[in-house]
Amino acid sequence: MPMTMTQKILAAHAGLESVEPGQLLEAGLDLVLGNDITAPPAIREFRKMGARTVFDRDRVVLVPDHFAPNKDIKAAQQCKCMRDFAREQEVTHYFEVGEMGIEHALLPERGLVLPGDLVIGADSHTCTYGAVGAFSTGVGSTDMAAGMALGRLWFKVPEAIRVELSGSLSGWAGGKDLILTLIGRIGVDGALYRSLEFQGPGVESLTMEERLTVANMAIEAGAKNGIFPVDEATRTWAASVSDRRYREYRADPDAVYAREVRIDLSRLAPMVAFPHLPSNVRPASEAGDVAVDQVVIGSCTNGRIEDLRIAAALLRGRRVARGVRCIVLPATQKIYLQAVREGLAEDFVEAGAVLSTPTCGPCLGGHMGILAEGERAVATTNRNFVGRMGHPESEIYLAGPAVAAAAAVTGRIRDPSEVMDPPARDRLLGPPERRESRTAAPAGGAR
Amino acid sequence: MTAAGRAFKYGDNVDTDAIIPARYLNTSDPAELAAHCMEDLDASFARAVEPGDVLVGGSNFGCGSSREHAPAAIKAAGVSCVIAASFARIFYRNAVNIGLAILECPEAAEAIKTGDRIALDFEAGTITDGTKGASWKAAPFPPFMRRIMEAGGLTEYVRVRLEEEGKAAAAGGTKGGAS
Repeated sequence: MPMTMTQKILAAHAGLESVEPGQLLEAGLDLVLGNDITAPPAIREFRKMGARTVFDRDRVVLVPDHFAPNKDIKAAQQCKCMRDFAREQEVTHYFEVGEMGIEHALLPERGLVLPGDLVIGADSHTCTYGAVGAFSTGVGSTDMAAGMALGRLWFKVPEAIRVELSGSLSGWAGGKDLILTLIGRIGVDGALYRSLEFQGPGVESLTMEERLTVANMAIEAGAKNGIFPVDEATRTWAASVSDRRYREYRADPDAVYAREVRIDLSRLAPMVAFPHLPSNVRPASEAGDVAVDQVVIGSCTNGRIEDLRIAAALLRGRRVARGVRCIVLPATQKIYLQAVREGLAEDFVEAGAVLSTPTCGPCLGGHMGILAEGERAVATTNRNFVGRMGHPESEIYLAGPAVAAAAAVTGRIRDPSEVMDPPARDRLLGPPERRESRTAAPAGGAR
Repeated sequence: MTAAGRAFKYGDNVDTDAIIPARYLNTSDPAELAAHCMEDLDASFARAVEPGDVLVGGSNFGCGSSREHAPAAIKAAGVSCVIAASFARIFYRNAVNIGLAILECPEAAEAIKTGDRIALDFEAGTITDGTKGASWKAAPFPPFMRRIMEAGGLTEYVRVRLEEEGKAAAAGGTKGGAS
């Protein structure tokens, strides 16, 4: 029977020749991930299971990123619980504050996920790694515990939706606008129990970071996973992060899809998802007059270097509008350092934005930017549910970094073109040209 | 196994941030979580719910985050079962894994209203609305998932499996033929 890419990876990890949708199977795991919120209950269940050691100390990854650096005493206890467990089990990939980052930005950066891998994570955005051609999906803490104990887990083989991409992105449109457009088209349960298989000639025009943004939000359409084919961009990326051997899986040409959605990338415009569902999308140019109190640029969805470059392009030489708080969170320490070296950090601070250490913090209403009653935020995060970023009477508008930065400058949701014309794509996504450091100005000197 | 209680009915896409807001995720203590269950959607729920009561949602119940704290909060609040037209897949797995009863039944999810008296028969998969005098049959669970549920959840299922694997290894070891 012909299989999709997802079905092939599941079959191979279950030691089966072929599988079909709906089939339940047990598959071997290449990686098991947990964070400071989901790992503590998983550790408790792991003990209750009578397990003594994790199945492979090189294949368990623990990242304190949600409420870290510790936001309060209880959060500190949870981080400590995970840290102690990592020490006891001699877990290789435990990332302490100072080397950690937001898990779904960190794992690809460290080369811990490669094409063809099967990854589970006790975090719903584990689906991010589909960008590199891996099968990865979010699970709960008890599943994580079982995964740590056995190195295996049960899965139901999903049906698939084929997302056929053509054309290429232009202007201010990015990966976020692609995934928001798709979710707007199929709805927040449009891919329930299914895999989203991105295909077509448009794929090769997307950067790896854009693919990570797209796959990251597959869960927001209810999908089990979102996956991209492996191409030259994937191979170049994989070689840059790891020397581990990996296997490429390709969908059979006659694989069966429950549904097909076609998207022409060249027609995409900057989008925004209005409260309180990620499917509630419209073009930013049609947002109307929406004044904002806070802008958040970061998260596992849009906290990578290209996102920061896009935001900096709009903030450079401008000021965050009066009455707006703009918080920028590079997703990892490496990205943070690169933002400093490229002068982006200077752009943000000079514009009046806050540059934070990596953390999931505000995305889930944890810390570092909580909203008060009646406040509105434009965020490059992934969920705009009621109360997600703070008070239940606050509002979140989801967008890519360009719309978010434009909102920081204007205080309103606008198409970024109203602030500046988009640079050519290569220039926009690449490092800015070197210039004299402006912080070298004499102390006390006038600006 | 049977259960009975009053229905608390909500709409489509009840997300895990509504079930248990992330601001309370600095703990995983079920009783603490239960005190804030459904808080941002219905602030009175945690006080009003009684053991045996039934939570009813529309489509895509439990969408959003993977937090197992969500089904754990519902279970600890005393809810005997969640009935929905459909469930988000991580919530579905988590409920099965921690032993929170869930039933997928679009007709029941549509018809039941808040306050209705509901009786459940999990073996037969029947949902009876005593207030309306109507009854429905929910989609049955695949046998593999029933085994997990009958074991009392995934933790117990894995515990027994590890114990058996341990015994087998020990037996193999005494024969000197462990592979």
